[in-house]
Amino acid sequence: MNNVFFNIIRKGATNLFIMCNKEIRNILKDQGVLIFLILVPIAYPLLYAFIYTQEVVRDVPIAVVDDSMTSMSRNFIRMVDGTSEVKIQSYCTDMEEAKELIKKGNVYGIIYMPEDFTDNLTSGKQSVVNIYSDMSGLLYYKSLLIATTNVSLEMNKKIKIQRMGNSTDRQDEVGTTPIEYKSISMFNPQDGFASFLIPAVLVLIIQQTLLLGIGMSAGTARESKGMNYPDFIGKNSSGTLYVILGKSLVYLLIYILVSAYILCAVPKMFSLVQIPDTFTLAIFILPYLLACIFFAMTCSMFIHHRESCMMLYVFTSVPLLFISGISWPGSAISDFWKVVSWIAPSTFGINGFVRINSMGATLSDVSTEFQALWIQACIYFITTFAVYRRQINK
Amino acid sequence: MSNTTYRLLDIMKREVLRLGTKPMYLFCMIIAPLFSYIFFASLMESGLPTDLPAGVVDLDNTSTTRNIIRNLDAFQQTKIVSHYSSLNEARKAVQKGDIYAFYYIPEGTTEKALASRQPKISFYTNYSYLIAGSLIYRDMKMMSELAGGAIGRATLYAKGATEKQAMGFLQPIVIDTHPIGNPWLNYSVYLCNTIFPGILMLIIFLTTTYTLGSELKDNTSKELMRMADGSILKALAGKIFPQTMVFLVMATFQNVLLYGFMHIPCNGGIGTMMLAGVLLVLSSQALGIFFFGLFGAMRLALSTSSLWGVISFSISGFTFPVMAMHPTLQALSNLFPLRHYFLIYVNQALNGYPIIYAWKSVAALLLFMILPCFILKRMKHIMENYTYLP
Repeated sequence: MNNVFFNIIRKGATNLFIMCNKEIRNILKDQGVLIFLILVPIAYPLLYAFIYTQEVVRDVPIAVVDDSMTSMSRNFIRMVDGTSEVKIQSYCTDMEEAKELIKKGNVYGIIYMPEDFTDNLTSGKQSVVNIYSDMSGLLYYKSLLIATTNVSLEMNKKIKIQRMGNSTDRQDEVGTTPIEYKSISMFNPQDGFASFLIPAVLVLIIQQTLLLGIGMSAGTARESKGMNYPDFIGKNSSGTLYVILGKSLVYLLIYILVSAYILCAVPKMFSLVQIPDTFTLAIFILPYLLACIFFAMTCSMFIHHRESCMMLYVFTSVPLLFISGISWPGSAISDFWKVVSWIAPSTFGINGFVRINSMGATLSDVSTEFQALWIQACIYFITTFAVYRRQINK
Repeated sequence: MSNTTYRLLDIMKREVLRLGTKPMYLFCMIIAPLFSYIFFASLMESGLPTDLPAGVVDLDNTSTTRNIIRNLDAFQQTKIVSHYSSLNEARKAVQKGDIYAFYYIPEGTTEKALASRQPKISFYTNYSYLIAGSLIYRDMKMMSELAGGAIGRATLYAKGATEKQAMGFLQPIVIDTHPIGNPWLNYSVYLCNTIFPGILMLIIFLTTTYTLGSELKDNTSKELMRMADGSILKALAGKIFPQTMVFLVMATFQNVLLYGFMHIPCNGGIGTMMLAGVLLVLSSQALGIFFFGLFGAMRLALSTSSLWGVISFSISGFTFPVMAMHPTLQALSNLFPLRHYFLIYVNQALNGYPIIYAWKSVAALLLFMILPCFILKRMKHIMENYTYLP
């Protein structure tokens, strides 16, 4: 009795091993698949992180029109120039000249100091500084706004203290700013672009390269007519099971290494925000990889030719990134698109990873995503089984 | 009609048949871009996300602080969804993804304010979600200014100051902002105008290289060259033209959707954007032909097309400005048609400046169209002698 059981296990393990071996050979001899499963996951994250490596926009070139021409307006301009956000590129005599510079794309903003700037201040009236920003990128606007607002707050403080004379009475200051406030940036202290976007892209790369690699491999098999399986793969369910388990095991092993590189090494190389508990991350990534692999194996049924995978999958990266709720806030996504987003493992993978990696969340904090990924893994395993069985029985 | 015209018509007829009988083309040339357009248009319908979930830790809990919270909730972008009893609990909620930010009012705030002991309130924003974080930050900062300002004004009024005097004292210098071309800071304007053409370009690169590669794969390239009398120019023109027509329709549809249905302002007039659409289609097709001629192998050309198309989105500078990138990347950005299209869009639709200011970008897109000339000879050689390599 014991012996029979042992035999079954041994036979199963041998069959599985044969399938794994076959799949590894398949991958190794196909340059196209190797590129998607190895080269792209290694090189693409580096390129991407390099593009956003500066994190924040510094020294946005701007123009100044100073109609006030007083020491106070010059002081304001000097202080703005001193901020890290903007750099004064040109001093213009009038707005026309400054607008010309914007049209040429030499500067991305204008600070206009009106004639009555100092007069208003000395007579105790409110003085207005006008800023004009090119809106081709929101970050220009943000930089200009932050620089001028900070300078105005600083100058306001000095002006108030001046107006109160040399009184050391704190009472007056308190009277003018009765409540102090402070803003604290959580989990992305630099408010950086890379720390916000890269983690999401990294997780998406895992899914997309699996889709492409597995898709290409399936397309090739279908073109060469017949999958030519070993003899022990009969037309029964257990044969199908060996095929699926053998293939997925190989992908899983490759992608455990790939994920370690993409999700741990790359953020470290570019010193992005990275505060995960490694164990939590590993536990979370396992169902993500499984869901991605079975998702890719199911989708590979649509791929009838080797090259079709690129035509069908590549463009989906853009909508998938947006629907994940990282760049466009998840709470602003309609129910319809939310349900659509549940199809792809990347939606849950990205959300869970960003919270674990950038925000130090624990497994129980991301339990919704964690469970969803396991459910996806199960569902896509069943669909994979269905499509492969049909394929083998054909 | 001359012999050449007949030949061209024959090749075009053959191409239309090829396009019509393979579902792949229907999917790539029409369904994929249409789906993407509709997806982004409906996703960003509101322009600015509203009612982003935020939380409150109100340890003071007086009528004054409750009023602050009510006012904060009334801001368009912020919706107070939850009250927490401690900083830790609120932080946990952020980690769980329930809220993007929270407002913290310590115990004794009201009492201190009344006794002029300058209490301190704070707000925490999660910048792992940059857009949501920035929008809530704006509301919370404004609310904090207002909360302090209201008490400050009341103190000054009590001392007999007029409103003007009070404001002149509390905030001597104010900043008045004028965002040119997009005064609403609308995200749909900012994103869709570049994502739409970016997707179309990606698809044009892919389709063009795919269709040339499939001649080798299906073993029909020699037949094509025979039909064209051995002229690669005729073969390419006849083959590409039907696709040009389809993509021009897509580009026009894209402009109509953006500036017609989505009501995105088009300050330079829709006419120039239509012309820009023609430039977009032709330059992308030219680059696709160039890629195929360069590699002579379908898979490598397709991989390069994919890479070029996807990198376009990042390197065109519509999210993260090109001027802030590494100098190498600034130079490289010129090799991507989307970068130039983006600059033309900014010049025309967004700002409505005279097109002469964007002449460099127009010239660059025209230069892309010359690219195939450099590989014509090689292309002829490929079509006549190469066989498909997997």
